[in-house]
Amino acid sequence: MRVPLPWLREYCDPDLDVGGIEERLTMTGTKVEAIHRHGVASTEHFVVGRVLEAGPHPDADRLKVCMVDVGEDDPATIVCGAPNVAGGQTVAVARPGAVMPDGTKLKHAKLRGVVSEGMILAENELEIGSGGEGIMVLDGLLPDSGPRRAGAVPRPGTSLADVLPIAMDVVELEITPNRPDCLGVYGVARELHAATGADLAQAPWSEDVGSQGPVAEASVTVECPDLCPRFTARVFENVTIGPSPTWLKARLSAAGMRTINNVVDITNYAMLLTGQPLHAFDLDRVAGARLTVRRAKEGEQVQTLDGQARTLDGEMVVIDDAEGPTSIAGLMGGARSEVEPDTTRVLLEVATWSGPNIHRSSWALGLRSEASGRFEKGLQPEQCMHAQAIATRLMIELCGADVAPGTIDVGWEAPPAQAIRLREGRVRAILGVAVSVQRQAEILRALDFATEPVKDGLEVSVPALRRDDVTREIDLIEEVARIDGLESLPATLPARRGAAGRLTHAQRVRRAAEDAMVGRGLHEIVGWSFTEPALLDRLRLPAEDAMRRVVALENPLSEGQSIMRPTLLGSLLDAARHNVSRNGPDIAIFESGTVYRASHEGPLADEHHALAVLLSGSLAPRSWRVRPGQADFFAAKALLDALLDRFHLDWSVEPTSWPFLHPGRSAAVLSGGETLGFLGELHPLVAGAWDLERTAAFAIDLGKVAALASPLLAFGAFGPFPALRQDLAVTLPVSVAAGEVLERVRATAGETLDDVSVFDVYTGAQVGEGRRSLALALSFRALDRTLTDEDIAPVRERIVAALGEIGGELRG
Amino acid sequence: MIERIEQLRTQAEGEISRADSSEALEELRVRHLGRRAELPQMLREVAGLAVKERAAVGQAANAARQALETMIQARVAQLAGEELEASLRADRVDVTLPGAPPQTIGRLHVLTATRRELEDIFLGLGFTVMEGPEVETVHYNFDALNHSPTHPARARTDTFYVEGPPGGSDLVLRTHTSPMQVRAMEAHPPPLYVVIPGRVYRPDSDATHTPQFHQIEGLAVDEDITLADLKGTLLEFARAVFGDERDVRLRPHFFPFTEPSVEVDVSCFHCDGKGFLRDGARCYLCKGEGWLEVLGAGEVDPNVYSHVPTTERNAPGYDPEKIQGFAWGLGVERIAMLKHGIPDLRLYYENDLRFLEQF
Ligand SMILES: [Zn+2]
Repeated sequence: MRVPLPWLREYCDPDLDVGGIEERLTMTGTKVEAIHRHGVASTEHFVVGRVLEAGPHPDADRLKVCMVDVGEDDPATIVCGAPNVAGGQTVAVARPGAVMPDGTKLKHAKLRGVVSEGMILAENELEIGSGGEGIMVLDGLLPDSGPRRAGAVPRPGTSLADVLPIAMDVVELEITPNRPDCLGVYGVARELHAATGADLAQAPWSEDVGSQGPVAEASVTVECPDLCPRFTARVFENVTIGPSPTWLKARLSAAGMRTINNVVDITNYAMLLTGQPLHAFDLDRVAGARLTVRRAKEGEQVQTLDGQARTLDGEMVVIDDAEGPTSIAGLMGGARSEVEPDTTRVLLEVATWSGPNIHRSSWALGLRSEASGRFEKGLQPEQCMHAQAIATRLMIELCGADVAPGTIDVGWEAPPAQAIRLREGRVRAILGVAVSVQRQAEILRALDFATEPVKDGLEVSVPALRRDDVTREIDLIEEVARIDGLESLPATLPARRGAAGRLTHAQRVRRAAEDAMVGRGLHEIVGWSFTEPALLDRLRLPAEDAMRRVVALENPLSEGQSIMRPTLLGSLLDAARHNVSRNGPDIAIFESGTVYRASHEGPLADEHHALAVLLSGSLAPRSWRVRPGQADFFAAKALLDALLDRFHLDWSVEPTSWPFLHPGRSAAVLSGGETLGFLGELHPLVAGAWDLERTAAFAIDLGKVAALASPLLAFGAFGPFPALRQDLAVTLPVSVAAGEVLERVRATAGETLDDVSVFDVYTGAQVGEGRRSLALALSFRALDRTLTDEDIAPVRERIVAALGEIGGELRG
Repeated sequence: MIERIEQLRTQAEGEISRADSSEALEELRVRHLGRRAELPQMLREVAGLAVKERAAVGQAANAARQALETMIQARVAQLAGEELEASLRADRVDVTLPGAPPQTIGRLHVLTATRRELEDIFLGLGFTVMEGPEVETVHYNFDALNHSPTHPARARTDTFYVEGPPGGSDLVLRTHTSPMQVRAMEAHPPPLYVVIPGRVYRPDSDATHTPQFHQIEGLAVDEDITLADLKGTLLEFARAVFGDERDVRLRPHFFPFTEPSVEVDVSCFHCDGKGFLRDGARCYLCKGEGWLEVLGAGEVDPNVYSHVPTTERNAPGYDPEKIQGFAWGLGVERIAMLKHGIPDLRLYYENDLRFLEQF
């Protein structure tokens, strides 16, 4: 909310500059988000002038050449295009050197051959109003920064700032949703009063020149009191529509409102001051002079002020006259009963609407305004009469109106003020610092609460405008704390009884797994949880695939972000494509994050934490000495090995097809009877869909890894004796998997076998068609002695025999 | 004869010390100590000498021979060492060539690195790290956190709803990590000190908002945890992240599930809280404020405790007259942005290697 500072100071004027006011408001909960300078930055070169004569321009019909007394020895020649300029007027003049609100600096300018020594100003050029009336004529104006009538026509040469509000500091405030009472200038003034101790002027609505009682000229029926707790209306007659005075226009403009005419401006002014929106009807255009507030019919169409036809639903509220809907309650008036230049009778509606209902309707209809923004926060019914009182006085003063006796007031009775006990000890217990009972009472009274001392603290009664926000002792403690307490709060640490910070096993496994990949040169990415349904097609997932059981959003930002990712592969592929196109073809990345599936079991989704790796291109930068390897199945498997061996997991792979993987180069990763994930090269069609060449990947469920990884690693004994190493070359049918060979060796060798691995694979004419040679590195070890070839000879024989059973032959 | 021995010895010593190669030394060895050389000859002839002379001559010749042999050996070793050094000096590589094979350097994403740094700070302060579901129920995300049934945050413009059975879903993508407050209290009795890192979602997308982002929730509930304790805890956090000179201030604010609620500012580390730099220019980071807003926090609203049923798991439960505590929610992106000067949130999720390599 934008609050012009002079307006605020009218009610509370602490001895502080704008920076001081900003600091006090911000530190007590009304955050100043910005300070704007409305109007001109410097008032220099802006003066009062008197037009001595306004003659025709020799070369332009629409321009006049004016001789203007600006308080100097010689009058200034000023070319002016406004039709209303005339000799004898007192006007506002910008002299060369003046900097206009938009930042342009005025110079001597030649206009159609005549040098102009300045500019006669219209309101909009000073950001005071809309400027529809041509140049400002200061004769008989109210040269004042406030709504007070004042005297004589100013003398030429007088600084313009002395007679017109051409420069104003405006504070832009963040009003938290619990404080609709601060959506008006006076509410903010009360905060400033509490925050600074400076005097607060009496509420500007405390004197109401209108009267209560029935109104003869119009009637109102409310059919839905749940959505309209209070509806008030007053009738004004002999209204003269015209422009508002300068002070009013200046304040509205500074507050960010457009100026329209005196009646509309008064409603906006009263709203900005009280926080309560108002609406003016032309009473002569209200058919039957009666209004009915009702729920709209489903699908009902209403023509709004902006000329659009709006379709309503049954939860929206319309106001009817005898001929049907005239406006959508709280959101927008209808064109039919709008105030026009010829309006003479005004019905001023000030009503309370259900905040949530207005919020819903304004979003549904896309109708948002200063008024709807206030209604939706939930205003108190008392505020209706605040606004009526302000508006009534101004209608009389500025529009020459007569207020008809009485006030239509439908449907509300003030509840008794709520009383809350505030225990002194409780304040200290919550804050950790004591605030004296006297100070507590002082703060609360400054905030319009009534307080009564009692044995253990205060009995506090809540003002009407705060009744929704302050309902409990803790709410009062907050009131005390924000005004006095927070700033002097000591910094202490909690007792932390029984608290010992630690990570869970699963969290430690996750960190270690990520670190293992980082340690091997991979970059971690963080992808979007959202993805597009088309991803599932690009991954070639068949209709019945489990990964298609996605979590879908009802209200996504876009189709591209409409489901939650069932795999990390999509994020990795997206990141890979991005980087290949910008940074070259070599990719080694991983992601550690959540994946989602719709769950048939629990109430929530099935979420698990996965880690996935994606490799493409060279595994290392080109080197002057070695040729780096290329990303393929085995490069990915080596990384998977590095990861799982980090946790001493007993794991294996099994050839398995996945729709998005190369059918000959893909495997399931198994451990502890569970499938941890997949490993493989991407199907070329899938890689191609992301403009990638040969690409390998794996993805595993880190939750399963954590469950299988032992949190406790037990020591295994080893002796002082060296290992006996032997190689064994064996040819086998290619159909025999290396894994099976190793399995057999381990199974037959017995406990002296320390390790066995494949260190060479050879196929070719020498080993025969359909066969291949595997070279195995064996190492044997005993705890109690150094093994000899003689010790191992029988073991070796058993191994050879066992391999013979699967077609193995020892190579020479 | 003894004089002759001394003469031979002196002559040989001179020649050995002047020799400059192992070949020359070998030649000297043959000349002075070889079978036909004079000194060994004299040794062989000792037996024919008079008994009186025998001992003295034999001793002198032997000593001369041993001395020369030792000297040659030493000189051989010295020359070999020099030759090795010379050959090593000739075997030169260009040390400025890059190491090979190249070792690639991987890095954690700055969001992960930042999250871990923050987790570690709070671990050090005695908080345990918990996690929770991202697809969350309306109950935990809003109801249990004291949001009125008509609270605007529930609107479809502010919250992602998950497609559910016809008639409406009560699942949302959590809009904050706060739903874990109640889940944590349901699972554990007080005292409770936890931080909850995690991904959260809101339907906003521009330079300062991404529809997903990361928070770290903090929750401490015990018999007597005050707002001053919150300040102290966050002061420790601010100093650990932004430097030992930092200060924090609490500004009143509003959140439905804390009361009193505050926003927490840290004194700007770029301008040292002054708002302007040494050259007098306004500090761009804090925009002249001297303070940087880092998070929202407050004392847990008593209404939140009333949403925590007492069960076997968390007995004796959470009675708002007996326990109290604080909670905060901070944005990991925001902390990393401030700390590293990252200008646009979208950089985090673009995953450009030129970005990833920097942290
Ligand atoms: Zn700064």
